[in-house]
Amino acid sequence: MTLWFWILLACVLAYLTKLLGYLVPLKWLTNPRVARIATTLTVGLLASLTVANTVASGQQLGLDSRLGALGAAAVALWLKAPFIVVVIVGALAAACLRLLGLP
Amino acid sequence: MATKFRSSPGAKTGLSVGIATGVYGLSFGALSVTSGLDVFQTCVLSLLLFSGGSQFAFIGVLAGGGSGAAAVGAAALLGIRNAVYGMQINSLLKPRGVRRFVAAQVTIDESLATSTAQTEPVEHQRGFWVAGVGVFVFWNLFTLVGALAGNALGDPKQFGLDGAAVAAFLGLLWPRLRSRDAGAVAVACALATVLTVPILPPGIPILVAAVVAVSLGWAGSKNSAGSQQKAAGAHSAGSENSTEIGA
Repeated sequence: MTLWFWILLACVLAYLTKLLGYLVPLKWLTNPRVARIATTLTVGLLASLTVANTVASGQQLGLDSRLGALGAAAVALWLKAPFIVVVIVGALAAACLRLLGLP
Repeated sequence: MATKFRSSPGAKTGLSVGIATGVYGLSFGALSVTSGLDVFQTCVLSLLLFSGGSQFAFIGVLAGGGSGAAAVGAAALLGIRNAVYGMQINSLLKPRGVRRFVAAQVTIDESLATSTAQTEPVEHQRGFWVAGVGVFVFWNLFTLVGALAGNALGDPKQFGLDGAAVAAFLGLLWPRLRSRDAGAVAVACALATVLTVPILPPGIPILVAAVVAVSLGWAGSKNSAGSQQKAAGAHSAGSENSTEIGA
């Protein structure tokens, strides 16, 4: 029940944010600071989510098979693999490292 | 001169972007059910939230043990760029009436990139609508397939699905790292995350990184602002197209 509340809240906020762009005055767009913050915020959040999903387990930091997944995904991206391939490579790397006995 | 719809470059690009992007709804669906959501909740996120980065952020925070509030915070902050896209689409297409409310829902990375990559007004329109609606249809379809498959898999770790989540976030970040400034922001936010994970509740370090990112964006040098903004637009158009169409 509570999870439903958070899901629907996230959906409402996401839609209102999108709609906001159609309702605010056009000159806001020419404010470079607004555009720059939107860009840095996106990069910063994705970097944080990447790292948190790689090394964090709750409040513990640790290195495990997910680090191998990160490295394999980076190589795939460097080779310009499409997104879905990158995701599969990450999964395969983590699965294989676990088969080899890594945590 | 307006071309016929079937040979329209905006519609063609939009369709290939729609299919290519929609397919990775598979990974979202599978990861979502392994982070504790059920199939219906997963589909609601794709239908109503409909913004890949925010959806992955929401389930990523929950999977890491974060609270519902932290998940909402991360998803909402990651969606702020869509407001900027909305302003761009609004000035480019000037949708009126109910079309404006539909346009808002399909305002995402891919529809903006496809639209702005076109050169004629009618193609801007076709690119935006075909990519936006195309991604919406295929993303939701493949989310359902992924969620059902994820449910059938059993132990997610054995199949490396936590590695898939890491790869997905890196894949979303990668095309945005073309400039040195973006790289510096990414490193600073990654460091802030690692330093605060042991001392703050799960999910909160991501919001700390958001504060760091906003501060860096606010403080960014004035003379680089204009060029960076242009570069960001060009990047998103170029990179999204090349990566998605290449799929």
